[in-house]
Amino acid sequence: MLGYLTRRLIQSALILLGVSFITFLLLYVLPADPVRQIAGRSATAQTVENIRHQLGLDQPLMVQYWRYLTGLVQGDMGRSYLQKTEVSTLIAARLPASLLLMAGGIACELLIGLTLGIVAAVFRGRPLDQGLMVTSFVAVSAPQFVVGLLLLYVFAVQLGWFPIGGYGTFAHLVLPAVTLGIMGSGWYSRMMRSSMVEVLRQDYIRTARAKGLTRGRVLLRHALPNAILPIIAMIGIDIGIFMGGIVVVESVFGWPGIGQLAWQAIQRVDIPIIMGVTMVSATAIVLGNLLADLITPFIDPRIKLR
Amino acid sequence: MADTAASLPPTAPASALRRLLRRKLALFGLAIIVLVVGGAVCAPWIAPFAPDEQLFDGLTLFGEPLPPGGQFLMGTDLLGRDLFTRMLYGARTSLIIGVAANGVALVIGTLVGVLAGFRRGWLGALLMRFTDLMMAFPALLLAICLAAIFQPSLWIVAMVIALVNWVQTARVVYTETTSLAEREFVAAEKTLGASQARILFRHILPHLVPTLIVWGTLGISVTVLLEATLSFLGVGVQPPTPSWGNIIFENQTYFQAAPWLVFIPGAAILLLALAFNLVGDALRDVLDPTQRGND
Repeated sequence: MLGYLTRRLIQSALILLGVSFITFLLLYVLPADPVRQIAGRSATAQTVENIRHQLGLDQPLMVQYWRYLTGLVQGDMGRSYLQKTEVSTLIAARLPASLLLMAGGIACELLIGLTLGIVAAVFRGRPLDQGLMVTSFVAVSAPQFVVGLLLLYVFAVQLGWFPIGGYGTFAHLVLPAVTLGIMGSGWYSRMMRSSMVEVLRQDYIRTARAKGLTRGRVLLRHALPNAILPIIAMIGIDIGIFMGGIVVVESVFGWPGIGQLAWQAIQRVDIPIIMGVTMVSATAIVLGNLLADLITPFIDPRIKLR
Repeated sequence: MADTAASLPPTAPASALRRLLRRKLALFGLAIIVLVVGGAVCAPWIAPFAPDEQLFDGLTLFGEPLPPGGQFLMGTDLLGRDLFTRMLYGARTSLIIGVAANGVALVIGTLVGVLAGFRRGWLGALLMRFTDLMMAFPALLLAICLAAIFQPSLWIVAMVIALVNWVQTARVVYTETTSLAEREFVAAEKTLGASQARILFRHILPHLVPTLIVWGTLGISVTVLLEATLSFLGVGVQPPTPSWGNIIFENQTYFQAAPWLVFIPGAAILLLALAFNLVGDALRDVLDPTQRGND
């Protein structure tokens, strides 16, 4: 176990190293010149050169990358070009909002997805089951920005139940979290359904029923815990999908998280911020995958980590 | 049992098609695809106006867009252009990008997956490590960065999406190829002295075809959604070229007053992605014998 953990941690570190290099390379070849953005249109050639030298942007790629990397391992992500603040400070200020949104999204997708999956499995083969499975396809085919705008239009503009955008109270969280969770709820309902159908076929379920237990009790006490476990391991993998989703959802709802930070940075060619958010997202994705692998043997003791 | 089923030639296309057409949901999906393809191909003949034409009577006296109905089937947009016309031409964008981006992603993914699965050793290991690395990238963030780096044109957007999307295919093809390479019929061919190329092209690739058809179909829905998202954020296909995503991008500031400008293209994106998902899912049931009987 310890050997496995060490190997996976080294592997994860190498993956993050690769991600940092590729992102750096991509941003290095960016045709839009960040120095021009900082200096403004009226700057003289001398000023532009001075700023370029100050930021170290006139040095060769590998020198710049090495400097970034040595900073990064010490927790220094550099300074924003335009906001004149440490990138780590900017991200730290925005991260809680994004984590809250993601927690809300996970809660929504599990709540909706698992419930629908269980209902579908119980009514297997009947019209309700078929209807729910079509619904799950609609959920995974719906573009998040359209879902977001639709929820905004119906529940905020027309009905006035929720605020139109912003951040602060629980009411602000509901619509963005549902928007983020709907796509995943489609996948979860399908996985939950097949997991539940599989479990309901097992002998011990028949035994439990034969013993005279009620249908509801068998379902909740015997089938559900076994069916739900393999699904739990998937949450770690979701993080990657959510990291993309928050860019869209935060932009639709004006949610002040790292997705919006990244989006504004891309538009203004603020490279240190883009780098920083990419690294934070990649770290979250790698940790999520690692977590998913690590909890699998606890859920199913037949699986041994190698 | 599983081995004998797998060593038989892939399901005959004619019977697979017949079984596909018996499924109502697949038929519904196919109908939508045919409708959208038809609309896109025949756009110049069906469309009542030119896509960029700012119509003289396309706005109210106060300069507001017109709601659906009357002279304009789906209403007009903020610039007084006919929405129905722009939807038809936008379908071209969605389909071209959906098919091209997904086609390229499928080719890259298959190449990487087959190479890594068939030729283990350092090349295979290297390719799979690279795939792992790509999995750790936040896909949408990467696509946005790439689209911002290159000036986004139709084909650039398609290539950006392809570069982000080949990873899943590569992993599926890799798993499938490694399990095929260990099957008895491949071992038998090797014993008979068949060349690597013969094993690859005659025995492994044909068995991958059903998987590729299924992933190819499901993948189009992913690319359609990704294109729409990029265009919605303003880094996808650039106006005035209409795309369902950038129609929403152009008009979203006004969506409280003119919701049809957001929800008509939104519904179109959803329906097209849904159609490819339904057909892809039905194809999986029809083409993959191990999946049958699960319902």
